[in-house]
Amino acid sequence: MPIEMSLTDEHEELRATLRAFLNECSDEATVREQMSTERGYDPDVWTQMAEQMGLAGLIIPEEFGGAGYGYVELLVVMEEMGRALLCSPYLSTAVLAANALMHCADEKSQKELLTEIAAGRMVAAVAHAEPNGRWDIEGLEMTATRSGDQWTLSGEKTWVLDGGSAQVILVLARTDSGLSLFRVDPEAPGLRREAVPPLDLTRKISQLHFEDAPAELISAGDQSANFERVLALTTAALSAEQMGGAQWCLETAVEYAKTRLQFGRPIGSYQAIKHKCADMLVETEFARSAAYAACFAAAEQEDDFLEMADLAQSACSEAFFHAAAETIQIHGGMGFTWELPVHLYFKRAKASDLLFGDAAQHRESLANRVGL
Amino acid sequence: MPEPTPMDEETLRARVRKLLEEAHPETTDSISFRQKQYEHGLAWVHFPEGYGGLGLSPKMNMIVFDEISKHSKVIHTTPPASVIGIGMGAPVVLTYGTEEMKKTLLPKIFSGEEVWCQLFSEPGAGSDVAGLSSLAIRDGDEWIVNGQKVWTTVAHLSRWGMLLTRTDPDAPKHDGLSYFLLDMKAPGVEVRPLYQITGEAEFNEVFLNDVRIPHARMLGQEGQGWRVAITTLMNERVAIGGGGSKRKGGGATGQLLDVWRQRKKGAHSPAQEAMLRDRVTRSYMDNELLRLTAQRARASQKAGNPGPEGSVAKLAQAEINKRMWETAIDIMGSDALAFEAGYALRQTAGAPDSVEGIAKYQFLRSRANSIEGGTSEIMRNILGERVLGLPGEPRIDKEVPWKDVPRS
Repeated sequence: MPIEMSLTDEHEELRATLRAFLNECSDEATVREQMSTERGYDPDVWTQMAEQMGLAGLIIPEEFGGAGYGYVELLVVMEEMGRALLCSPYLSTAVLAANALMHCADEKSQKELLTEIAAGRMVAAVAHAEPNGRWDIEGLEMTATRSGDQWTLSGEKTWVLDGGSAQVILVLARTDSGLSLFRVDPEAPGLRREAVPPLDLTRKISQLHFEDAPAELISAGDQSANFERVLALTTAALSAEQMGGAQWCLETAVEYAKTRLQFGRPIGSYQAIKHKCADMLVETEFARSAAYAACFAAAEQEDDFLEMADLAQSACSEAFFHAAAETIQIHGGMGFTWELPVHLYFKRAKASDLLFGDAAQHRESLANRVGL
Repeated sequence: MPEPTPMDEETLRARVRKLLEEAHPETTDSISFRQKQYEHGLAWVHFPEGYGGLGLSPKMNMIVFDEISKHSKVIHTTPPASVIGIGMGAPVVLTYGTEEMKKTLLPKIFSGEEVWCQLFSEPGAGSDVAGLSSLAIRDGDEWIVNGQKVWTTVAHLSRWGMLLTRTDPDAPKHDGLSYFLLDMKAPGVEVRPLYQITGEAEFNEVFLNDVRIPHARMLGQEGQGWRVAITTLMNERVAIGGGGSKRKGGGATGQLLDVWRQRKKGAHSPAQEAMLRDRVTRSYMDNELLRLTAQRARASQKAGNPGPEGSVAKLAQAEINKRMWETAIDIMGSDALAFEAGYALRQTAGAPDSVEGIAKYQFLRSRANSIEGGTSEIMRNILGERVLGLPGEPRIDKEVPWKDVPRS
């Protein structure tokens, strides 16, 4: 665990730039517009984020056209995106797929794909979970078939983030050398992509059906440990996004509690509401500590990083969900309407919790790591 | 008066070595050594010269400690009974005391010769301390006090009490209070141990029956006791909400993990075991989050922009601690039906010899965590109003005479 966990002036500048950008490109009207499309994001904004701001390649090494930044910068970026509820393939492509390529793929594929991702020319999806409902590495059952130099995949992959809009699909499947990473063309024969109507409209998910679909093996040797790290890095980044969402809920609830009058006084003057807000503050500050700890540990490659990532997933998932739930409650009837954006955060909160195995699973993983 | 020249670290260290030549902790008892330490201005170096200090910055106190530890295996640290006198009594005397009080009281506070206690809380004034109802009535050069104080740590050992009492019932509550130095040996002062949930008496009740206090022992002006009390309370807040263990899995968390690892195999069904394991993991996480939040608070303090992390710690720690020991008891299951330490009244803290004994004791003791030093409900009000900026509740006790405010 790093000794110092504080942001520099440069980080705060990055935050200010991002917030200004997101105020423009991810205001509520834009979020509502994008979430109602099939693709789920604005390709022009995605290009702009890549080309003008270097965000798509934020953590991609410079040799592959990225910015070569680390997890502290990513922490700031994800927090702001979570706050703004940005509709974007950022998590699927710039975080999950980029990490899968950086940690599991051969150099040729890294060069080819990471360069495209960093340039904003490619959205990439990682196909990992299967209908058995498990998110741990052992739960992965799909086995690749080899005939000569050719590999094919058969079976189902579920909950694939941006699987519908991706220009490349990275598939985890087993071979004789263990867990392996495959590259599949989204238009490949034998691959059918089915959009899943999502709980959280701001992130699109697909189910992928493979039937002897041709695939290119792009890893060497067993990738179990590497992919475990990829998932942990992704949940660490996601935890920062969740914390940003929780902070938005807290601020929105407090603002409403100050201005909504009932029985002749602001509802925030009643302890029933005030104490809810105070508890949200405590939980959000704890979530911030957890997200910082995970991202700083990732940045400095600390020994306890995997433990911190589990901790952050659990703490931030619960904090965001509770904050969103209480924000609905504090808004009363209005909080239940489609008109107010609170439900969008509530849905994002639960979906983010469930996306890579829920908080209880991460606590179990933490317990195993600590030896409880 | 000439400005005191700021002293550099080396000069200060040399001064400490000079003290050690005159009196060495390894060959001098605590009181005698600390008397010498006071004379050399090395008691609290941030106090002015002549009052046990050298007018230096508070952080220079660490240098004194460091230099003494370099040359001595024995360190005469603050005697446990003197924590309140040194932490709260001395600053109040320095700020509001007369020259004579400073000269006579401060050396004995520091040396440990005279123990101090704080007489603020009353049975009818807990969270609302300013609503207290003990009453002092002027009688010539003296005041006659009647009332009852409670939760008074070390009162049974104390020479002096910091007494906050009402002197004007017709004024609004904050304006009718005065602050006195009470001679705890005076006739009419009766100290009784307060028998508590654990069987211990960490605190006392103090009964005041027609106790006479010379007017000269009033600190600050008549009716300005609340302001003096704030000085005391601000010095108290510094100590609470320390941010949990300093290292991972340390302190109380380590004790919970020991209880978990030593659990009786087979006592719980697999399903119960899984639920308990999740609760243990949550407690482990909670304590990690406390530790990380304290660490973040230190980092942002250093960067000069203190955030809400500090205010959050007191509330969180209290609730986390209670939950943690509840979990420990549930792990022990029916073995927790026995309370081996017993409830016979004792005025010293019990020292259970097993981790199970500690857990049983802490299960009871931790109930106070969300009450002492500000209840969790008051802490939530503070967070809501001072950190989040939510409006306060309408107050019916502010602008009216204290005597007209309803009381239980």
